[in-house]
Amino acid sequence: MRCAYACGSADHGWSRRQFLTGLTASGTLGLFGGGFAGMIHPAAAKELASAQKRVLLIWLNGGVSQLETWDPKPGTNTGGPFRAIPTSVPGIHISELLPHTARQMHHLALVRSINTQENNHAKGAYIMHTGRREQPGMEYPHLGSVMAKLLTAPDNPLPGYIHITPRGDSGFGKQDAAFLGPRYASVTLADGKPPANFSRPEALTDEADQRRNQLRDRLSQRFAQRRRTAETEAYSQSYEQAAQLIARKSIFDLSQESPRDLERYGTHDFGRHCLLARRLLEHGITFVKVSHTNYDTHYDNFDFHLEQLGEFDRTFATLVEDLHQRGLLSSTLVLVMSEFGRTPTINRNYGRDHWGSAWSVALGGCGIQGGAVVGKTNANGTAVVDRMVHGGHLFHTYFRALGLNPHKNHYHNQQPIPMADPTASAIEEVLA
Amino acid sequence: MAESDAKPKADPARTRVMVEWKHDSPLMACRFDPTGRFLLASAQDNSLQRWELEGGTKTGLVGHQSWVRAFDFIPDGSALVAGDYHGKLLWWPYAEAAPKPLRSLDAHDGWIRAVRVSPDGRLIATCGNDHLVKLWDAVEGKLVQTLMGHTRHVYNVAFHPNGKELVSGDLLGVIKHWDLDKGSVVRELDAKPLHKYDETFRADIGGIRSFAFSPDARLLAAGGITDVTNAFAGIGKPLILLFDWEAGKVRLQLRPKENFQGVVWGIVYHPDNFLAAAGAGAGGALWFWKPDQAQDIHMLKLPNNSRDLALHRDGLRLAVPFYDGSIKIYTMAATS
Repeated sequence: MRCAYACGSADHGWSRRQFLTGLTASGTLGLFGGGFAGMIHPAAAKELASAQKRVLLIWLNGGVSQLETWDPKPGTNTGGPFRAIPTSVPGIHISELLPHTARQMHHLALVRSINTQENNHAKGAYIMHTGRREQPGMEYPHLGSVMAKLLTAPDNPLPGYIHITPRGDSGFGKQDAAFLGPRYASVTLADGKPPANFSRPEALTDEADQRRNQLRDRLSQRFAQRRRTAETEAYSQSYEQAAQLIARKSIFDLSQESPRDLERYGTHDFGRHCLLARRLLEHGITFVKVSHTNYDTHYDNFDFHLEQLGEFDRTFATLVEDLHQRGLLSSTLVLVMSEFGRTPTINRNYGRDHWGSAWSVALGGCGIQGGAVVGKTNANGTAVVDRMVHGGHLFHTYFRALGLNPHKNHYHNQQPIPMADPTASAIEEVLA
Repeated sequence: MAESDAKPKADPARTRVMVEWKHDSPLMACRFDPTGRFLLASAQDNSLQRWELEGGTKTGLVGHQSWVRAFDFIPDGSALVAGDYHGKLLWWPYAEAAPKPLRSLDAHDGWIRAVRVSPDGRLIATCGNDHLVKLWDAVEGKLVQTLMGHTRHVYNVAFHPNGKELVSGDLLGVIKHWDLDKGSVVRELDAKPLHKYDETFRADIGGIRSFAFSPDARLLAAGGITDVTNAFAGIGKPLILLFDWEAGKVRLQLRPKENFQGVVWGIVYHPDNFLAAAGAGAGGALWFWKPDQAQDIHMLKLPNNSRDLALHRDGLRLAVPFYDGSIKIYTMAATS
């Protein structure tokens, strides 16, 4: 039976067909649900891994300074005290706060000309996650939910969108999925920990668990015959997903990583979270977002960027290099972004304030031309002078990098909704 | 009448502006030179600026490639030694008509946060983000000693008036008392009220932003920020911890009487046994405390964010550099 709420487009079929074709070609269909990392044959694992496209989003919460990262302006009245250093790509310089990342520059591209015209945290975050400005009465799905829908095979038991946060509660962020439905909601792992009650209570036997699941299945099926909605679908699926997740709970278990890797990534929270991100991507999670906090440095911007980027730099560079070494980078789109940048003007408390007018993001991996730099700001970084782009352009670019068509529609209540802002277009210069 | 009797007395309550000069970049650290002829300040354009007190003629000392947040003078007035955020230490013949650096050393890996010259002028102490405290021969520029033990950025150093001991303070509010003959730690003083790990911000905030020994060496003042409620915006209270040096314990916490949010960026201990401090956050302020009273005896609201405080050798003039590029000299003279 065809689901009444389904859009009917070829998008579902596309990702599923592509994925299954890849699996069949490699002759490893039976191993599908277990992820790639556990496969015996490394070559087969690599082939299978590259059949699925993934996204890694590093979210630098609060608004990282473009001047202390991707677009340094040393020696100017806005440049602050840090140097610019050369990178692995001749001619590209970034802040001295990113020495390890500088050595991975050939895997990365920079867009230095973003103007979202938004200095509000929530509104800026919305733009960067959805590719659109907030509109009354309309909620657009976040990139993670969109990619969970477009890139995750329907029978993949794992969540398509996992968000690792530094703190808070683990759980489900259904608002991220908007009209796509709760099936594509984010699963939050606060401090990298799975949701509470992740494991079955010890007192519950296998047999008792099986019996209660059978009863629930029968009731759900009877209910679904009369009323079928996205919510009931998601409700039923969440049980299946939970059961399969529990069976695969080892994918969240960092103790299975080597002590050497823990040391390489750093023993701080962000280090552990990025190692977990690698593990999740290797096990077939489509979209992994890792938040690093906090960069909202109205006070002592330089001290705080020294501290925070000191954590970010080595960890991020290690993750990029590992994805490359493991054959995953070419199929994993890597994004480093914030809700906005920070003011070129240094305020009276040695801080920088919110600045959405001229700032940068970094991209890398799948579909991205490593070493590309697009756009330019003026000498002291106060304005974009070449190739101005906004969140809509970035959203189109992500689609294209992943081999997806940004001009297609979602369907909500049979109404077409463009997947990406139709007034924008991809930044072709960063695409491979 | 004895000369000391003839000298005008300093009266904090009479503090007022004498003169104001301006540079076109925000100013940071400032010091009067030991001859009493010049006032120097560092700026966010990487320069040091020199003003002649007589007439206010301004001369730039250009050579650093990054910010200078700390410098000090060789007591005979032959040079000043400045440390920058690229870890370089430069000797400047600051009194010359067009000063050029005499020497440049790669002193620290990362920022140099403090520079102090010993009372006898033979040693220079520096500290920085490499967690190290270093002692240099002031004449030859050679490294004499490296003091290790801090686990985080070292924010400040100060020589004990006897010149044989040193204190260094870090981001976490750990103050180490060093015996310079032995090159070892004598003890640690606890200045943890000047540090906080902000769970929301996920970062450490605070540190020993200012140090001053009393001239009789019985008290040590360490200043910074405390009671931080919002690290994003630097919302907290200015605080000076006044240590009894012999006991190694905080004798008094000096706080502004009026509500003020911000940091104590500079402290001077006046020979007449009172402290003056400049702070900033939402605006600037100049406070005066007696060492036996927790609340200030006088406060002067400043027109902009102040970044440091310096005392002239005459004991009457104070200099404050500001974010807006201005520098003001205040007099505390009891009579006009």
